[in-house]
Amino acid sequence: MTVLLAVARRLSTVVVLLALWEAAPRLGLVDRTFLPPFSEVVAAWWELLVGGRLAGDVRASLTRSLSGFGLAVAIAVPSGLLIGWYRPLADLLNPLLELFRNTAALALLPVFVLLLGIGETSKVAIVCYACTWPILLNTISAVRDVDPTLLRLARSMDLPPHRLFRKVILPAAVPTVFTGIRIAGAVSILVLVAAEMVGAKAGLGFLVSSAQYNFAVPQMYAGIVTISIIGLVFNQALVALERRFTSWKASG
Amino acid sequence: MTAHLSLRGVTKKFRVRDRRTRRPAELTAVEGVDLDVAAGEFLVVVGPSGCGKSTLLDLFGGLTAPTSGRILVDGAPVTGPGLDRGMVFQQYALLPWRTAQGNVEFGLEATRVPRRERAGIAREFLDLVGLTGFEDRHPHELSGGMRQRVAIARSLAYDPGVLLMDEPFAALDAQTRESLQDELLRIWQRTGKTVVFVTHGIEEAVYLGGRVAVLTSRPGRVKRVVPIDLGARADVADLRSSPEFARHRHEIWTLLHDEVVRAQRLTGVSG
Repeated sequence: MTVLLAVARRLSTVVVLLALWEAAPRLGLVDRTFLPPFSEVVAAWWELLVGGRLAGDVRASLTRSLSGFGLAVAIAVPSGLLIGWYRPLADLLNPLLELFRNTAALALLPVFVLLLGIGETSKVAIVCYACTWPILLNTISAVRDVDPTLLRLARSMDLPPHRLFRKVILPAAVPTVFTGIRIAGAVSILVLVAAEMVGAKAGLGFLVSSAQYNFAVPQMYAGIVTISIIGLVFNQALVALERRFTSWKASG
Repeated sequence: MTAHLSLRGVTKKFRVRDRRTRRPAELTAVEGVDLDVAAGEFLVVVGPSGCGKSTLLDLFGGLTAPTSGRILVDGAPVTGPGLDRGMVFQQYALLPWRTAQGNVEFGLEATRVPRRERAGIAREFLDLVGLTGFEDRHPHELSGGMRQRVAIARSLAYDPGVLLMDEPFAALDAQTRESLQDELLRIWQRTGKTVVFVTHGIEEAVYLGGRVAVLTSRPGRVKRVVPIDLGARADVADLRSSPEFARHRHEIWTLLHDEVVRAQRLTGVSG
């Protein structure tokens, strides 16, 4: 009962928002052509689900964003560790990394399309590209910002470099690396949806943009709601994973 | 008594950048230091802040090489850090992701002690520093005093002959500090380690040291080595208020006072 109450309290603002969404069009506060009541959106969502269209779009989107995200983790974590470990390399690459980080990934979307076409490759590639930077930069600073007293301790014990890396630097870096991974998780969905809106034959971004194009407004909102739910679930999963790996932290 | 650790005419200079002119400059941290530490001795190094006390400890620990002069351990020159010398830092330097037990085992992992025996040895040393029952706590779940106990246990566990302590109790409150000072003396007597203990506290120096080396302000030189004799410790309830203690405290205070005044004049000119 108390658990239920706690959940209810945490969800109360969301419930209020949805109630407003339901009431505003019905009371004529907004044009229901452009913002249909929430219940109509739910009905449209249900139709999409039963018809099988939603599953197909979700599968297409998840495959793309998870492949891009996974590739980015696989590339950026090891390279970040390497770059952070070899200080001269980090100093050399820093201007380049700053340049790439500050170039909005979506601005490069036309370039990806030109080079890789409008198929799956360009979408996975742009997600991977966008996810790489937060992970890479966080991993580099994670390695560089390891508590210097721990390094002094390791040196006083004459720890060989490979042990220093495995026993001190790697575990000390985990929390900051995870911060980067969590940011990348959000980025992967953001960038993918935008990419699917520009050119795709399936996926949630395509669902939203094609629904808008065909003036199927409830379906459009159904797509948007699905995107936020997926974003939420993905983030919660990453937070849970992060907790598992950093349970030793005071705030854990 | 044989010299366990020796400094022979040791000078350490650092390359720094002058704060105002931004030109490379040279800073002499310690200059021409001669110091012998006997096996099993408790030597305290005391000096005004910025006099190179910690540099001296880094030199003993092999973390930094002298610009000139020689550093000997059991007559052999020091070429780098080693497990024959254990360091204890003011900021504890505990691995936050490991438990108290894991942190002590970290010290053992650097040695040839077989994996199976590590847990037992770690428990034994946690017991020695009075932390039985806290083996599974992480550093953030321990008080400052307990963290430093873990760090001391870690350094003792791999059985170095020398313990090099860099203001280990400076971050603790007065009461915790006093109880840890007693703990340390007890552990020192039980283990027979050679201890070099750096502090800026005069009372701490007199209370702990068999001898107290007073350094001059920068560049650090050994101004005088004062032998401390407080009589039979066990017979006095409050050692810190005994006349011998007061006399030693005053002696070292006088030695340091001139240096502090000189150091202030120096910083007054440059800053």
